[in-house]
Amino acid sequence: MSPANFLDLESAAGRGASLLIGVLFGFWLERAGFGSSRKLAAIFYRRDFAVLKVMFSAMATAAVGLWLFESLGLITTAELFRPRTIWAPVIAGGLLFGVGFVMGGFCPGTALVGLGSGGIDALVFLVGAAAGSVGFLAAWPLLENWMTLGDRGVLTWPDLLNLPTGVVALAVVVIAVSAFWAADRWLLRPESGRSPS
Amino acid sequence: MKTPLRRDAAIGPEPHWNPYWSGIGLGLVLLLSFVVLGTGLGASGGLARAAATVCDGIAPGCFEDHPYAASWFDGSSPLLHYLVSMGAGVLLGGLLSAWIAGRMRVRVERGPRIGRNGRLLLALCGGVLVGFASRMAGGCTSGQALSGGALLLPGSWAFTAAVFAGGFAVAPFFRKEWEA
Repeated sequence: MSPANFLDLESAAGRGASLLIGVLFGFWLERAGFGSSRKLAAIFYRRDFAVLKVMFSAMATAAVGLWLFESLGLITTAELFRPRTIWAPVIAGGLLFGVGFVMGGFCPGTALVGLGSGGIDALVFLVGAAAGSVGFLAAWPLLENWMTLGDRGVLTWPDLLNLPTGVVALAVVVIAVSAFWAADRWLLRPESGRSPS
Repeated sequence: MKTPLRRDAAIGPEPHWNPYWSGIGLGLVLLLSFVVLGTGLGASGGLARAAATVCDGIAPGCFEDHPYAASWFDGSSPLLHYLVSMGAGVLLGGLLSAWIAGRMRVRVERGPRIGRNGRLLLALCGGVLVGFASRMAGGCTSGQALSGGALLLPGSWAFTAAVFAGGFAVAPFFRKEWEA
């Protein structure tokens, strides 16, 4: 391990770099139109698949980039922070998150962008999300056992499938491109005659 | 004289950028984060720390013995965590982009069939669910779905699939909130 390659996250330099990376992140999200709750929610009514397209092209770009950088010996992915795979809380949390996403019209990152561009709905969403986070902390004693149910530690597809990382990264690209094509070809609903006001 | 940087409001806001280019740009930002910080992007973690800080301000020491959150207060304020800085950056970046594009507008976005207060109530409730669920899943669409997805982690892919499954399953109940 040589974590010295990375900026110390607890240093002022680490916080400054985090701030700048955050600015770039927020900028790109807003470029894509993700400060708008209506645009984000539109995927669930099959009117606009930008959420799918942006998210999966980002994921595929970074997956291929990580593989390239690792092949060139520039980074070691095992040194990066990787969340553990814990099946029960990840799947239940995902389902609950999806319900909140369509109900609230944002996720945490896009809500920050929505607030930055003047969205009052984004501000109210963020107040709710702050309360929900504290609610989770308050409910911790009830959830403690659930939170470790199905803990597989740090698990990766290449390890699980016994495939080289490059093959999985390229599979992500193929899956993403197929999903974009299929979504526009079969899922997209034409705009209804009643235009939104 | 208008600045060349900023869109003239009179001609209306700039169109959004192509989703594929936006996605590739986001992917490069994510890569930058991995290379420079050794970790991916995150939004919910900073928000949770800010919320916990507010609670600690109201009831000092309330997370002192908390098995999950006590470490956030170890030695210094949770506000000094790098995810809080990143979250502040996301807000600023969104502001900058919206300003350049002429998209800055105080607004409550909603479909034509719901009132302003109804929409804000749903935004609040949706936020509560998302805040709770992000902590349960160990991250949100940024930290878990996007960053973990790019790291090829099955748990992150399962989270992503569950988000879409949950959203599509209940979307018919919220049609009035968004659709004509």
